[in-house]
Amino acid sequence: MHPYTPQKPPLPRSTEELRDTIPGWGVDLDPADRPAVPRLQDRPGLDGGIPEPAERQPERWPRERSIEHGMLTPVFGTSCPPKGLSGRIRRLAYARYSEARAAHWLLLLGADRVDTLESTLGSFLGRQPDNLLAETGVRSELSHGGFSSRVGRGRADLVHQPLDAVIVLGPWVLAGYGAVTAVRRVARLRRTG
Amino acid sequence: MRAMVYRGPYRVRVEEKERPRIEHPNDAIVRVQLAAICGSDLHLYHGMMPDTRVGHTFGHEFIGVVDEVGPAVQNLQVGDRVMVPFNVFCGRCWFCARGLYSNCHNVNPNATAVGGIYGYSHTCGGYDGGQAEYVRVPFADVGPSKIPDWMEDEDAVLLTDALATGYFGAQLGDIAEGDSVVVFGAGPVGLFAAKSAWLMGAGRVIVIDHLEHRLEKARTFAHAETFNFTEYDDIVVQMKKTTDFLGADVAIDAVGAEADGNLVQHVTSAKLKLQGGSPVALNWAIDSVRKGGTISVMGAYGPMFSAVKFGDAMNKGLTLNANQCPVKRQWPRLFEHVRNGYLKPSEIITHRIPLEDIAEGYHIFSAKLDGCIKPIIVPSAA
Repeated sequence: MHPYTPQKPPLPRSTEELRDTIPGWGVDLDPADRPAVPRLQDRPGLDGGIPEPAERQPERWPRERSIEHGMLTPVFGTSCPPKGLSGRIRRLAYARYSEARAAHWLLLLGADRVDTLESTLGSFLGRQPDNLLAETGVRSELSHGGFSSRVGRGRADLVHQPLDAVIVLGPWVLAGYGAVTAVRRVARLRRTG
Repeated sequence: MRAMVYRGPYRVRVEEKERPRIEHPNDAIVRVQLAAICGSDLHLYHGMMPDTRVGHTFGHEFIGVVDEVGPAVQNLQVGDRVMVPFNVFCGRCWFCARGLYSNCHNVNPNATAVGGIYGYSHTCGGYDGGQAEYVRVPFADVGPSKIPDWMEDEDAVLLTDALATGYFGAQLGDIAEGDSVVVFGAGPVGLFAAKSAWLMGAGRVIVIDHLEHRLEKARTFAHAETFNFTEYDDIVVQMKKTTDFLGADVAIDAVGAEADGNLVQHVTSAKLKLQGGSPVALNWAIDSVRKGGTISVMGAYGPMFSAVKFGDAMNKGLTLNANQCPVKRQWPRLFEHVRNGYLKPSEIITHRIPLEDIAEGYHIFSAKLDGCIKPIIVPSAA
């Protein structure tokens, strides 16, 4: 093999061949035709002129916000206000820690797990109880080739897919174990007390 | 209304939910006609994105009909058919004034490190998304565009994210004539990035994945050379061999947080949530590109840290370009490309799923069943 040279390796297909065979080859060759160039445009507003500041959306409940913001943004989402224990954890994460702190994100991830547990348990007391099996969509394994989509295809993800079931069922197994253990301990205390 | 709601990791369902209301004078309510499930929705579905709340409705790719407008809306009327960029943006902050709509500072109180995104957790602003019969669209005079008469609905819905993001990813590669471009990931964004690289004059386009049906699509749809990384002991060495040991000029990460190819990286991020994402594809990109080359990151990662090989990136003098795509900025040029037939986004759609079957749709897409590449969702009221 030759030592490395200043030239680039030759292309498998010439640019003329590429232009003839690939629809639109090179139509954006000039960076001036690319909408992302330059990265920073100079547009005071989408329709010209200096726009008025955005009007504020009413805050219907105390809206959590990053402490890296100087204020509540004028517009925000109103999905799923914080509630329950998960809500308290979320409010703490926003009020105490900036986005730069791992504690901020770990608290939020922890709150997500708590939310799942308290919402699912709560659903059994309401009109729309969770159906853990149906909500996983796992019945599509039968209708959409669960076996044939995996076997003999050399997929790299098959080795860890069984962990998905652990993620879905694991918290319930742990919660069940914890509940049974607690009941046994209470019963034992009553017998001995 | 009927809406998809998140119930916990790997669990979603459709339930009755209150129809969204006008919260701000420049809001509109859109009746959704078509939506899509994005690969990045799977990060939410798998519980990876912090502050993903039970009851949240996902969906940042959707088109529909304007059903109601706030008193300040001037550019839209009830009955208009609109396509809505996945970015929520105001059009008047420092970032929007410079075309960085995906970095808008006025729409996401929960985080300063990301703008607002429909249906993408509270970390991205807490906006319910479009996998529902109705959705609230803030700054309705700024974000949505009326769908041109000549454009097909299935093309329009993919212009709201997947196509725009793939095209944007190719642009962030700063591709010059004759460049060799390697794209990691043959999902929708990777396919569109590969296809777009040719428009910018690439001399070679190589796509890497482990799913044969997607690599087949990369060959037929994106005219790309393909490599299945499971067939090689070391895909980085194979990329060096393929480029005469120089390395590719440009690498595009179109995989993001749940990359396979390294079990430890995948499990610690996607399963145990100890990293913001599995940076396997990004690390392969860093090692596959030539010294002085450019990496474009379109893959979505969470806000936590990830074990990225930054020393290699520094020592090789790489340029790393990354951002969420400012979708509306891409549209005028992309509309031309779609109309001229250079890009036909709907060709990658593999599944059309009723909203009521959303749980199955997520599982099919997540588990990569049935040759799934891109599922779109049809709400019951459409």
